[in-house]
Amino acid sequence: MSDSMNSKLEDRRHFLKTSAVVAGVTLGPGVLFFGVAQSRAPEEGASSNQRWGMLIDTTKCGDGCSDCVTACNTENGLTGHTGPQDSQWIRKVDIKDLRTGYVQSLPMLCQHCENAPCVDVCPTGASMKRADGIVLVDRHSCIGCRYCMMACPYKARSFVHEPLTDQNPEVPRGKGCVESCTFCVQRVDRGDKPACVEACDTKGHKAMLFGDLKDPESEVSKALKSSDSVEVRADLALHTGVRYQGI
Amino acid sequence: MARLASYLRAGLRLAVLLGVTALMAAPSFEAAAGVELPKLEKGKGEKCVEDTAFMRRNHMELLKHHRNETLRQGIRTTKHSLKACVECHASGKTGSVASSKEDFCVACHSYAGAKPDCWDCHATKPGKHSVRQAAQPAVSPLMPSSGGRQ
Ligand code: SF4
Ligand code: SF4
Repeated sequence: MSDSMNSKLEDRRHFLKTSAVVAGVTLGPGVLFFGVAQSRAPEEGASSNQRWGMLIDTTKCGDGCSDCVTACNTENGLTGHTGPQDSQWIRKVDIKDLRTGYVQSLPMLCQHCENAPCVDVCPTGASMKRADGIVLVDRHSCIGCRYCMMACPYKARSFVHEPLTDQNPEVPRGKGCVESCTFCVQRVDRGDKPACVEACDTKGHKAMLFGDLKDPESEVSKALKSSDSVEVRADLALHTGVRYQGI
Repeated sequence: MARLASYLRAGLRLAVLLGVTALMAAPSFEAAAGVELPKLEKGKGEKCVEDTAFMRRNHMELLKHHRNETLRQGIRTTKHSLKACVECHASGKTGSVASSKEDFCVACHSYAGAKPDCWDCHATKPGKHSVRQAAQPAVSPLMPSSGGRQ
């Protein structure tokens, strides 16, 4: 990676970090808890009685550990390469407080925004949010214009530049379309956790909690209710489905 | 009078011509093409989810409908799912529906001159999560307190 690229990323990290601190102070309306979550039959479809979300505790996230990234790549058929034209759905980001030198490591992925800018700007309706809050790209209507990539404040989306073969049958992907983390929708729909969360659990870090934000009894809801957490760039009021602790 | 007769003759010629055209357009594969029908491998299941003749003409509509339901609404029924087609029709030789000219999808599409781009994104081989297995509604481990709920 070139030096200028590095310094850009460095800038971005500090930017994210700073804004996260601001976010802690100006934290907007929190997540609403209501309704009862249901496990559903295949014909039932996603419902707005649920909202899938994630809580990432950065203090538990292992320094140098990237098991979540590896698990995502394996599940979704990504190469794991990190060049400018490679797809990355989740990446480990190190952030450093310039004043104290304190370094933290955290996973960054699509934040599954409630008011998703990527959905707003899409000219074809391809970038979309399911009733349960999972943000997806409908590749059948994506024209590859990449507006959504520009609109996403978290740099969460990638464009597929080259033809692909041997995709995971559950995760169709191909050249000419934009893509990003799907919360492993294929797993969630059959009742499994996203691959990254499972990998983090297996490693024993348990830094990522996934579940239904609208179910007050879910592990993630309870954790959110009992301790402080922030949205990254909460000033944008996107009401992200992914929240962080310890930043 | 002569003019009327010539009109009649012309009309008759037209009628014959139309008749012949209609005959040629009749949906008889052999007569229409002179090209051999694709020889399709038999699917693994007992029979197709719909009538074969219906599928021949309408599978694309079913798939389109299903893809929208699945992707946009999260409905994961398997009856008209592309994955289910692939699982049933993947070739015994290549394990795929579209890697050789004889494979199920390609054989027919090349005969019909259709070039869908499904396989740019979708896998042409069955995966480890069979749709039939996925059809069993699972009690979600994501919801630890789901014991008392349906
Ligand atoms: S993080 Fe980016 S890609 Fe994900 S929903 Fe928000 S704007 Fe869209
Ligand atoms: S690249 Fe695709 S999903 Fe993104 S804005 Fe353009 S059409 Fe929409």
